[in-house]
Amino acid sequence: MLRMVNDSLRRVPVPMVWLLGALPFALLLWDIFTGGLGVDPVQEVEHRLGRTALYFLAGGLAVTPLLRLTGISLMRFRRAIGVLCFAYAAAHVLAWVVMDMGLLWGQMGRDIIKRPYLLFGMGAFVMMLPLAVTSNNLSIRKLGGVAWRRLHKLVYLAAPLAALHWLWTVKVNELTPVFWVVAILALLSLRLVVKRPMPWTRPRRA
Amino acid sequence: QTVTGRPSPLSTDQTPNTFEEITNYNNFYEFGTGKEDPARNAHTLTTDPWAVQIDGLVDRPGSYGVEDLAPDNALEERIYRLRCVEAWSMVIPWIGVPLASVLAKVGPQPGAKYVQFETLVRPEEMVGQRRAILDWPYVEGLRLDEAMHPLTILATGLYDQPMPNQNGAPIRLVVPWKYGFKSIKSIVRITLTDREPVNTWKQLQASEYGFYANVNPEVDHPRWSQATHRVIGAGLFGGREETQMFNGYGDQVASMYAGMDLRVNY
Repeated sequence: MLRMVNDSLRRVPVPMVWLLGALPFALLLWDIFTGGLGVDPVQEVEHRLGRTALYFLAGGLAVTPLLRLTGISLMRFRRAIGVLCFAYAAAHVLAWVVMDMGLLWGQMGRDIIKRPYLLFGMGAFVMMLPLAVTSNNLSIRKLGGVAWRRLHKLVYLAAPLAALHWLWTVKVNELTPVFWVVAILALLSLRLVVKRPMPWTRPRRA
Repeated sequence: QTVTGRPSPLSTDQTPNTFEEITNYNNFYEFGTGKEDPARNAHTLTTDPWAVQIDGLVDRPGSYGVEDLAPDNALEERIYRLRCVEAWSMVIPWIGVPLASVLAKVGPQPGAKYVQFETLVRPEEMVGQRRAILDWPYVEGLRLDEAMHPLTILATGLYDQPMPNQNGAPIRLVVPWKYGFKSIKSIVRITLTDREPVNTWKQLQASEYGFYANVNPEVDHPRWSQATHRVIGAGLFGGREETQMFNGYGDQVASMYAGMDLRVNY
């Protein structure tokens, strides 16, 4: 059963993930051009991009626990998931800079320093930047596997920051951002609790 | 059914937002925390019959109907700017009556210094009230001079229509120089009192929301700047507009706060 799942996953070409990952963006474009964004399109664009980035972030963090717990391997797709996350995060930041803040650089600068939720969000984004830049084979070779791995552990910090960034913007405790903070923390703790593949995930010798 | 109001010199000459915008972008947590939740959920609210209990330090306490408080022949149109504490703005053509005219009907006693308002609590019709995200009922308050100010109205309609449920039917407060959360919706109780009311948002987070809540570009919300805001309806690249002191109504209202430290009394 497990082998069947992994065999079929191996046949899925990675570009398929890119294609699927572009869907939320295509839907957003569709909504922009058909006026489907409601009364406040700026907020809708900004928030949807941010939420999508967080979904990919959680997805990327789920790959290892999933492998250890079930033996299902999505490792081949993890780089694409991560880079998609960064692309949505970058678009989210761009929407904030251009649409929401209207290029008021002074106010943006002051706000980032003064407002923890912006500091958290921007911090998460800045941490993801080197990860996105080094997400290619050349960088792995140049840095060496150990250093590359160490660098990419930054995501363990960036992820909770990004989730808290969302939670911190709301005025009352809303269920959705609370859920995502808990989900991200749960995914991170799973790595600590389940440190190696569970016995049932190993192929039995014939 | 149309509701008409006499034009008022207190109206702004700015172009109002569309009916569509005004009725589909609401903060009315009784019907959910999303901006579009009230438009989706508020149709369940029964607004007729409706009674407003007026009590406390008044000569003629009692239960009043909407028509008693805002009779058709007294209605005025007030086109006001609205500035939300979340840093966005709209322009809305309200229909209503000065709150002062309502207070005159019930006769505030000399000891009355504040007016406290309460929103309906009816979780079976107000889906947002089934969770304790705020301490229901929603409570707001004004100092008596603020309540008596000619700009302060009780609104029963907008755009020549009866007040849509999501905007606070059948009767709500509008105080255009204060952040929108002061303008309490779907009022069932008005109490004249000698003590400063504890308004709901202040009770939840006093460091972020005060009693006065006057629009003030110089006093930031701890989590965001109040110096500028987005204009709803300006499109994707509309940018931001500078927020004006007292939302541009300073000439009319600033004297009420003379000598007060607005950084303390935010």
